[in-house]
Amino acid sequence: MEMILQQLPVVTAALNEGFLQTLKLFFVTLIGAFPLGLLIAFGSMSRLKPLSVVTRVFVWIIRGSPLMIQLLIIYYFPGLVLKNPIWGGGETGRFNAAALAFIINYACYFSEIYRGGIQGIPVGQEEAGLVLGMTRRQIFFRVKLLQMIKAIVPPMSNEIITLVKDTSLARIIALQEIIWAGQAFMKGSHGISGAIWPLFFTAVYYLVCNGVLTLLLGRLEKRLSYFR
Amino acid sequence: MALLEVENIRKSFGKTRVLTDISFNLEKGRTLSIIGSSGSGKTTLLRCLNFLETPDHGIIRVGGETVFNAETWNNMSEKEIRRRRLHFGLVFQSFNLFPQYTALENVCLAPELLLNEEAGQGRPKKELLEEIRSRGAALLTDMGLSDRMGSYPHQLSGGQCQRVAIARALALRPDILCFDEPTSALDPELTGEVLRVIRELAEKNTTMVIVTHEMAFARDVCHHVIFMDDGRICEQGPPEEVFNNPQQDRTKQFLARYREG
Repeated sequence: MEMILQQLPVVTAALNEGFLQTLKLFFVTLIGAFPLGLLIAFGSMSRLKPLSVVTRVFVWIIRGSPLMIQLLIIYYFPGLVLKNPIWGGGETGRFNAAALAFIINYACYFSEIYRGGIQGIPVGQEEAGLVLGMTRRQIFFRVKLLQMIKAIVPPMSNEIITLVKDTSLARIIALQEIIWAGQAFMKGSHGISGAIWPLFFTAVYYLVCNGVLTLLLGRLEKRLSYFR
Repeated sequence: MALLEVENIRKSFGKTRVLTDISFNLEKGRTLSIIGSSGSGKTTLLRCLNFLETPDHGIIRVGGETVFNAETWNNMSEKEIRRRRLHFGLVFQSFNLFPQYTALENVCLAPELLLNEEAGQGRPKKELLEEIRSRGAALLTDMGLSDRMGSYPHQLSGGQCQRVAIARALALRPDILCFDEPTSALDPELTGEVLRVIRELAEKNTTMVIVTHEMAFARDVCHHVIFMDDGRICEQGPPEEVFNNPQQDRTKQFLARYREG
């Protein structure tokens, strides 16, 4: 116990740094996947049959295979197979590869949530807008959008909380996120070796982060509960 | 001259013919009811009048102006369709109020959006917005909803929702107000308040087309009745004639079933 207290300042400093990378991946994924997901959703709902088929097959592949494998393919495929190491060797390269894999993966999950939200709005809403002389644009922004947001907040919250934990998968390509930082103390880092507790301690970071997110998303859900 | 002239409307969904050669006229200030069994094409006809469905053939005129002609329709710009649509208002069976807006906001939304587009005729926008608001409030008061203007649709009963929907349709001052089975989604004890409002509108000489299963209401309030069967107008005339002295066997059958029920 005494030992742990002694190691605590060094360990938390390292874990904080790792968690910063975790958070960066988390936010970059959200910023990329929110709009890309909407685009994919429109693609899968398109009246152009080839476009919707291609989009749906793509979504099936991404949702149907492990994110870890997607990470490995995106990171290693250009260098090892195409002999064109576009990512470079450093941490920036690993981060960019990880961000791309996460954005694509989460955009596909989000697209299905968007699709459910859009298709869940009764046709009557659109028709009511039309007979009132509204443009399709006005109907989307003034009538449907808020109803759609309300419908997707609960499933979106689920995905967002899963994403916080999924960022740990980036460990597989040695991205220096918090799991990587915690594990380093087993092999030896900052003069500490053979310590497993820092790795276990990383869970606290995820818990706190998801606690805050749960509160915030719950508040958003509540703010939208003024209508049904 | 009739305010609304409908000529030879035909409509098919795929291979199924739903409307066949529908023609009728409606004078200004008059109320027309369309009756008939489910699937006879009543609702589709109403949706054609509001351009929610596009007839395959035929002409619709309002006040002499051709607002629909099947032959030239495909070249019509969306903007022009929207303008012509405003001749008609439509009240839906399931209200279709916007859930995130209060009763008053539901009524005022479309006029406000139109105002943004037209950018008022030299008058300050604030004044025009206030006018829309006070007119919306007046319409809701007419509907007996002066104390529910700030309520959201889910806080209102079905009958109140339908009255908000009527006010919303009236806010754009349509030439012809259409109702698609306005009381069919309501509990029986709530139909009265909605029918009363429609009756008042008829007394104020609002031109209306009402698809309904309320036979007593159609007989008492409407000036003209159309009985539809299998996508055709089977019989039409003043309610006294259609209800008391139907000529067609199909009409007799239909009305007899209602009397039994």
